[in-house]
Amino acid sequence: MSRLSALPSQTVGPFFHIGLTGNTKLGCLAGPEAKGERIRLRFRLLDGDGAPVPDGMIELWQADASGKYQHPADTQEKGPDPAFRGSGRLATDAEGTCSFETVRPGRTPDGRGGCQASHINVSVFARGLMARVCTRVYFEDDPALADDPVLALVPEDRRPTLIARPDPASPGCWSFDIRLQGERETVFFDV
Amino acid sequence: MKTYPRPEPGDQPPLLHPPYVSSIRRAPAMPPIPLPHTLSELTGPLFGEQPIGETDNDLTRQHAGDPVGERIIVAGRVLDEDGRPIPHTLVEMWQANSAGRYSHRNDNHPAPLDPNFTGSGRTITDADGNYRFVTIKPGRYPWRNHHNAWRPAHIHFSLFGTSFITRLVTQMYFPNDPLMPFDPISQSIPDERARQRLISRFDLELTEPEWALGYRFDFVLRGCDATPFEGQA
Repeated sequence: MSRLSALPSQTVGPFFHIGLTGNTKLGCLAGPEAKGERIRLRFRLLDGDGAPVPDGMIELWQADASGKYQHPADTQEKGPDPAFRGSGRLATDAEGTCSFETVRPGRTPDGRGGCQASHINVSVFARGLMARVCTRVYFEDDPALADDPVLALVPEDRRPTLIARPDPASPGCWSFDIRLQGERETVFFDV
Repeated sequence: MKTYPRPEPGDQPPLLHPPYVSSIRRAPAMPPIPLPHTLSELTGPLFGEQPIGETDNDLTRQHAGDPVGERIIVAGRVLDEDGRPIPHTLVEMWQANSAGRYSHRNDNHPAPLDPNFTGSGRTITDADGNYRFVTIKPGRYPWRNHHNAWRPAHIHFSLFGTSFITRLVTQMYFPNDPLMPFDPISQSIPDERARQRLISRFDLELTEPEWALGYRFDFVLRGCDATPFEGQA
C-alpha cells in the first residue's frame, strides 16, 4: 500500500481561543474523588527575551496516580481511575501563566521492562510556533529521576529545565517555566 | 500495534522561519531530542465521547439569524498514513467571518463583526472517519507581519487522533488563492507537494444545489500499521 504523508502543521495563530480554550474546566484533570496526591501545577511560558507569552496554549497528558493511562493502548492490568481525566488544556494569561489542578502521576513503563519516573507530557502551542513543541514535567523530589531512561537522553546541564519545583509558600503547588528560546531554553522532544 | 515513523524531511515547516516574524523570538533554537515512543506517547487524549451540540458543526445555525457570506460545506475523512479511517475522533475548527474578522477581542482589523457568526465549530468523526462542517467562506485579512501582508483564506483545524504523537493543529486553504505565494505561514513548508496537501478541493458532488458549495479535505495524521520483522512478536 502506498503510504500517505501526515499533513503539515501550521501555527495556531493569535485567535485560537474562540475554537479551543473556551472551556476552562479543562484546567482540572482530577475530580474530587480522584485518587492520589493533589497538586496545582503552574506554568509560565516565556519567549527568547524572557517576556511572557500571553497567547499560548498548554495541553497536558498524564497517567493517573497508579500509573495507568486512560487509553486502550495501556494494557497494564489495572483499571484507570474513573475520577481522573488524564488530559487538560488552558490558554496562557497576560503574564504567560496558567494553572492546572491534577494529581501526581504514577510511574509508567519504559517499554524495556523498567519504569519511567513520574512525568506529565506537555504540548505547547502559540502564535509564532509553526508546530507544537513537546516537553515533559518531572518532579524535583522524585528519587526515580536518577534512573529515568528519558532524562538520561538529555545532557545533564539541561535536565533542570524539565523539573518542576515546589512553591515553598503554598504546599501542593508546583511551578514549571517553559523558556522557548535563549538562556536555559527548555528541553523539547521530537516525538 | 501502530508505529509512528518520523516525518519525511521537507514535509513539516521548520520552527524557525524568519519571514514569519513571530517565530524569531519564539522558535526554540536547540534541536529537539528524539524521544523513544513509550506508553506515554503511544497513548493520548481521545475525546471520542465529548457531548457535541446539534449546531456545533453548522456555523451558520449558531445564532438567531443567517451569517453574511458565501455558505460552504467542508467535509472529508480523517485517516492515518496507511489511509485507514480514524473513527470517533474530535475535530475542532475556528475561522474569520466573511469580512475577514475574528470574533476575538484582540482582532482589531476594521472589518465588520457579524452578530450571527462566532466562527468556531467541532464535531466527531463517524465510524468511517467522516466529518462535515457547514460554514461561511472565511474572508482574507491583513496582518502586520510585513508591509502589505495578507493571509489567504483559511480555516484553522485541531485534531487529536489516536495518541499523543498524532496531535495536529493546521490550517486548510482554498484552491487558486492568489495570496498563497506571498504567505510566509503556508510557504514555510519546504516541500511543494506537502504544501499542496493543505489546499482543499472544490467538489461538485459535495455541493448542495441552491444551497452551498462543497470543499473536500482529508486529514492525514501520523501512524501506520506495524510490519514486524521476522522473529519479532
